[in-house]
Amino acid sequence: MPISSDVVARLDGVEKRYNGVTALDGVNLLLQRGELLAVLGPNGAGKSTSIGLLLGLMRPDRGQVELFGLDPQRIDARRRIGVMLQTAMLPPTLRVGELLRLVASYYPQPRPLEESAALAGIGDLLNRPYGKLSGGQQRRVQFALALCGRPELVFLDEPTVGMDIDARRKLWNAMRTLVAEGCSVVLTSHYLEEAEALAQRVIVMAKGRVLSEGSVDALRAQVPLTRIRCATDLDPAAVSAWPQVTSVEREGARLLINTSEPENVLRRLLDADAGLGALEVQRAGLAEAFTELTREEGEQQEAA
Amino acid sequence: MNTVSISVAPAAASSAGMNTRRVIGAYIAEARSECLRYMRAPGFMLPIILFPTMFYLLFGIVMGRSAGADTTRYLLVSYGVFGVMSPGLFGFGVSLALERDGGLLTYKRALPMPPGAYLLGKMLMAMVAAAMVILLLLAMGLALGHVPLSWQQAALLLLTGVLGVLPFCALGMLVGTLIKGQGAPGMLNLVYLPMSFLSGLWIPLNMLPKLLQQIAPLWPSYHLHQLGLAASGMEHGSVIRHSAVLLGFAAIFFLIAVRRLRRYG
Repeated sequence: MPISSDVVARLDGVEKRYNGVTALDGVNLLLQRGELLAVLGPNGAGKSTSIGLLLGLMRPDRGQVELFGLDPQRIDARRRIGVMLQTAMLPPTLRVGELLRLVASYYPQPRPLEESAALAGIGDLLNRPYGKLSGGQQRRVQFALALCGRPELVFLDEPTVGMDIDARRKLWNAMRTLVAEGCSVVLTSHYLEEAEALAQRVIVMAKGRVLSEGSVDALRAQVPLTRIRCATDLDPAAVSAWPQVTSVEREGARLLINTSEPENVLRRLLDADAGLGALEVQRAGLAEAFTELTREEGEQQEAA
Repeated sequence: MNTVSISVAPAAASSAGMNTRRVIGAYIAEARSECLRYMRAPGFMLPIILFPTMFYLLFGIVMGRSAGADTTRYLLVSYGVFGVMSPGLFGFGVSLALERDGGLLTYKRALPMPPGAYLLGKMLMAMVAAAMVILLLLAMGLALGHVPLSWQQAALLLLTGVLGVLPFCALGMLVGTLIKGQGAPGMLNLVYLPMSFLSGLWIPLNMLPKLLQQIAPLWPSYHLHQLGLAASGMEHGSVIRHSAVLLGFAAIFFLIAVRRLRRYG
């Protein structure tokens, strides 16, 4: 089967088990050239297993894994990727510049050292031993190592863990630069705002399966919740019995209402309480959508 | 380091624009980093250098002076072998055990590092450390102990040490694949110290109980000791047989270790 050259990575019906526990249960994933894909999900969802398979660190029990149309264990395929893993204790006595030179030596046409350092914002750290850096600085060095080989596809596993807000924003900008160069990025993250800020496409995984796939907007639309906050004397129990009201909570003098039909609920609210004040209406963020998706999954599992 | 396309082997052409020169460069960079990182780690280098040299200074030179030149020469070889074992066992074993635990090995496997560069780098590092130990002991023996040793014998002893580290690299690698993380140094000492004793590196074999003398050929260090003695002109046993046994040990340890690494990572 001929595969379009625009597909850089592919999982096709992949299953993977560890000692009888299913880590991946029929996962399909397609990554296009120049795309930034965020993979979200709670711990144990199968994110790291998916990345491990694409990096050729393990083999699937069933299904197909391809990197640039090749077996990921082939070195020619891996020469086109860059990697930043969640846990990698790099040699603490090596200087940052030495690490960069080492990793760049594995690639056919690496970036010049200064360019990699500038992209990751570590130009001032080149002569420092890696072990003497702070956690956030080490993550930036690892990011520089991921991009130093001028890869066509970069895997970033939880890249901004342990970074302060400023450093995180700088890293986001660097990722945008990579994508602008035509590089594809696969990003796993716990930070939903990271996916919201960067990703063109989001995959939500739980329990070894892909729950949802699509643009950030599509993911939000899949859980069409709107949150209404207002100061009112209405009884929360009564409001929660209204049609299209998902949940109601009382927060001091205020009510917090989640609904899929904000217009109707608002109209009824205003009719019911003429003294209603401090009104706020907000569409659900990715965080709510994400919680909703994985919560439903949990309930289905319990019911089954 | 510019990309000059060389059209030689078809293998080079198939590897996505990575020419032979860059591949060799990657092997060199890996070996260089491996040497640098350990030479800069005093926790690794000091025990390797200090134990054999201190022992030799004390037991070989200061206390052995009255016993004659042959004793200092014999002990030079004994402590040389003792000193050569540790960069192999610890350099390979401890670092592999820690790197399997800390995720560095996984990271390197995900990177397009040329095959075997990781192990070759560690091997070279162990050989360099072994050469340093032998050179230090030789300098002490010749300058302080007045050991009667020709330049040829000294060079041969150095060669024995540099190549003799390899079976212990393989053994260290095997232990490193069996144990993960911080447990490795203790386990390796349990291999290192008894094996040194049982091969007659601390007390000459003929002063040990008969049984221990009989089982001595079971230990790789015994054979390296015999080779070292032959190199320094003190023993005329079968060099080929001892070398073959060491090669066999190295091959078996290495093959089991590689199998385990492939299977369990």
